Amino acid sequence: MTAAPRYIAEHRDRVRAVELDGLVVLFHETSGMTHIVAPPAPEILDALREGPADAATLLARLAARFAFEQKDGAEAVAARLAELEQAGLVRRT
Amino acid sequence: MRHQLALQIGPVAFRIGSAWPEPLAALARLYAAYPAPADDICDFTVRLEPEKPWRRWIRPSVAIQGDYVLPDAAPMALAHGLLAAEMGMNLQMALGQKRFLLLHASSVEKNGRALVMTGESGAGKSTLAALLGERGWRLMGDEFALLDLDSGNLWPFPRAISLKNGAIAVMEGEAPAERFGPLLEDTPKGAIRHLRPNEAAIVGMNQCARPALILFPRFGADCAARGVGQAEIFMRLTQSSTNYVALGGAGFDALTGLVRSCPAAAIDYPDTEGAIDLVEALWSEAA
Amino acid sequence: MKEGWLNRDAPPSQRGKPGPVRAGARQLVDALRDPENFQTSDWSGLITAARAEQLLGSLAFRLEGRPVPERAASILAGARREAAQQRTQALWEAEMARRACEGLSVPLILLKGTAFHAAGLDAAVGRSVGDLDLLVPRARIEEVEAALIDAGWERIKPADGYDDLYYRRWMHELPPLVHRDRDRMADVHHTILPPTARPTPDAAALIADSIAIDSGVAILSSPDMIVHAAAHLFADGDLAGGLRNLWDIDRLLRQFGAEPGFWQVLATRARLHQLTAPVALALRLSARLFATPVDAGIAGRARPSDRLFEARLLARDNWGRPTRPLLRFAFYLRSHWLRMPPLMLARHLLVKARR
Repeated sequence: MTAAPRYIAEHRDRVRAVELDGLVVLFHETSGMTHIVAPPAPEILDALREGPADAATLLARLAARFAFEQKDGAEAVAARLAELEQAGLVRRT
Repeated sequence: MRHQLALQIGPVAFRIGSAWPEPLAALARLYAAYPAPADDICDFTVRLEPEKPWRRWIRPSVAIQGDYVLPDAAPMALAHGLLAAEMGMNLQMALGQKRFLLLHASSVEKNGRALVMTGESGAGKSTLAALLGERGWRLMGDEFALLDLDSGNLWPFPRAISLKNGAIAVMEGEAPAERFGPLLEDTPKGAIRHLRPNEAAIVGMNQCARPALILFPRFGADCAARGVGQAEIFMRLTQSSTNYVALGGAGFDALTGLVRSCPAAAIDYPDTEGAIDLVEALWSEAA
Repeated sequence: MKEGWLNRDAPPSQRGKPGPVRAGARQLVDALRDPENFQTSDWSGLITAARAEQLLGSLAFRLEGRPVPERAASILAGARREAAQQRTQALWEAEMARRACEGLSVPLILLKGTAFHAAGLDAAVGRSVGDLDLLVPRARIEEVEAALIDAGWERIKPADGYDDLYYRRWMHELPPLVHRDRDRMADVHHTILPPTARPTPDAAALIADSIAIDSGVAILSSPDMIVHAAAHLFADGDLAGGLRNLWDIDRLLRQFGAEPGFWQVLATRARLHQLTAPVALALRLSARLFATPVDAGIAGRARPSDRLFEARLLARDNWGRPTRPLLRFAFYLRSHWLRMPPLMLARHLLVKARR
C-alpha cells in the first residue's frame, strides 16, 4: 500500500500576504502570480509550515487550532488543498 | 515614414507615422496645443500602413502597426484613420506600458486628490469624467489611469476623450465645437467623436494626484450608492488592468496599497446630472 | 586544429561624434556590442528596433548605469523590471513541468531562454522568454505529454488528421501545449531539428551529455547549447527574430569560450551532430556583428553568403519596419527547403493548398 502523499507549503518569505476584508490576497514571488484566497486556505498554508504533512495530519492540525470536528471540515480542507496545489503554493514532497 | 507626428501626453510620448497625410492632419488638429516630446524620445511608435501595398491608393485600407500589434486585427477605412491612430496608441499602452500600473479607468482631480472611475465599457466612466472636467475638475484621463509604482500617485494621461453614440450629444452641449474631432460614423462601435480635453487638463498634464476615491458607476437605475469590499475592488482592478501581471511584485504592492488606502463605492445613476450630484456628495464625504 | 582568434573590428560606429544615424537594427547592434561608446540622436528609433527584435530587456541591462537621457532611462528601467518578471514566469513554468513529471524519472532538459535563466548564464540577462521548450527522449515523449496534460496543460487544437500526423511523424516536437490556468505554452521536443531536415543531430548524445541542475531538470552541455543555438538559427527557420538568437550566441560564446578545452569540444560536437557549417556560420556572424572572440579555425573563412545572412538579420529600420522584402522572401523559401526533401515539400504544400 502506498503511503498518502505529504505536502509542504511555499515558505512564508516567498509569499506576500495582504488581508482585504476577510479574504487574503497573496503574491507568490517564485511564480510571480497573485492569488485571492478565502479561509481555510491561508490557515492550511500556515498549518503546513509547521512541517510536511499528509492530508489527515493537516486536518488534525487545523481541527486542533480552530476547534472544529474533523469530519465536518475534511471535504473543505481537501478541496482547498487541491486548489493550493494547482496554484503551486503547496506541493507534494 | 512619409508623414509623422509626435505627441506628449502626460508622462508618455508617442510618435505616429502614416502612409497618408489625412489621419495625422486630423490628429494634429485634435491635439492642438499639446507639447511635442522633449528630447524627441518616444515611448511608443504607431504606424498606419496600407494593408497591402496597392491599398495605399485603391480602396485605401489602414492597418494599425507599431511596437505592439494585434495579429488578426481588421484594417480600417481611411476615413477612420484618426480612429486607427487612437486605437494604435491604446494598443501600445495596453500591451507595452511597463512604467506604470494601468487601470482601465477614468480619473479627474480636485485639490491634488484624484477620483478614479472604473467599470465595464459603456458604464459611463468616460462621459462622467468628461463632464466633471467641464464642471471645475481637472480631467486626468478617460481611458487609462496610470498608477505610479513607487509613490502610489496617479499620473495624468489626458488623451482625447472618445465619445460614443449618445455621449456625443451630451458633450456637444458642454464643450465648444472647436475642441471636437470629426464625427466618425459606422465604426465597429457605432458613432464616435473625439473631444480634446480643456486647457486645464493640458496645462496640468504633468501634475500627479493622490487617489482619494474609487467609484464603479453603472448607468440605468435610480441614484444609489453602496460600499464595495476591498477584495472585490482588488479583483475588479486586476481583471481590468492589462499590465498587472507583467509588473509582478511591484504591481501587487502598488495595487494593494491603493485598495487599502482608498475608499470605494458602486453607484447607480439614471442620468448624468444625477450622477454628478452623487459624485460630488460622495467626494465631500471621502476627501 | 589551427589556433587563432577571430575578432573582427566593429563596423564604423559613432564613437564620440554625432553623425548620420545608423538604421534601426544596426544601431541596436552597436549599442549591444559597445554600450560604453554608444551614442545616438535617435533614441526612439533605437527603442523601437529593440522592441521589434525582442531585445529591449537585453539592451536595458547593457545600458544600465550609463548616462542616457531621462525619458530613455525611464523606459529602460521599466524594461528591466519587465525582464525580471519574465524570468520569474519562465522559471515557474519549468518548475511546474518538473512537478508534473516528478514520478516519471524522465530528465526534462530545458532549452533556450528558460535554460539560460535556470543556469544563471550571461545570456539570461534581460532575456525575454515566451514558451517553455523541453527536450526529452523520444521513447518517453508520450508519457511526458500525458503527465503535463494531467497537470493542466492542454492541446491548442484537438488532435486532427494531417496536422497531428505532420507533427508526430515529421517534426521534432509535439503539437504545442498551453496551460489552462496560466495561459503559457510548452513545446516538448525529442530532438533539435525536424527528422526530415538533412543534418541529423544525435538526440541521445544531447541527452547523455546534459547537465542536471535540479532534481529532474537538466540543461544541455555548453558546447551542445551553442550547437543547438546555431541549429535553431541557421538550420531551421527563416531568421525571423534571428538577431536575438545571435545575441544569445555571442553571450554564450563569451562565457563558455573561457573554459579550457571548450573550442575543441565544440568542434567535435558540431561534427557529431552534423552541424559544422551552421556552427561555423554562427561564429563568423557573431564575430562580425558583435565582435565575439571566436576560434578562427572552427569559424572558417568568410563566405560571400555571410553578407546575406547579416543583411537578413539587420533588416529592420528605425520605425521598426521589416526591410529587404526580397531577401526575406528568399530566406522564407530557404526555410521550407531546409525542412523537407523536395518531393515531401511538394506533397506538403499541396495538402496545405487544398485546405
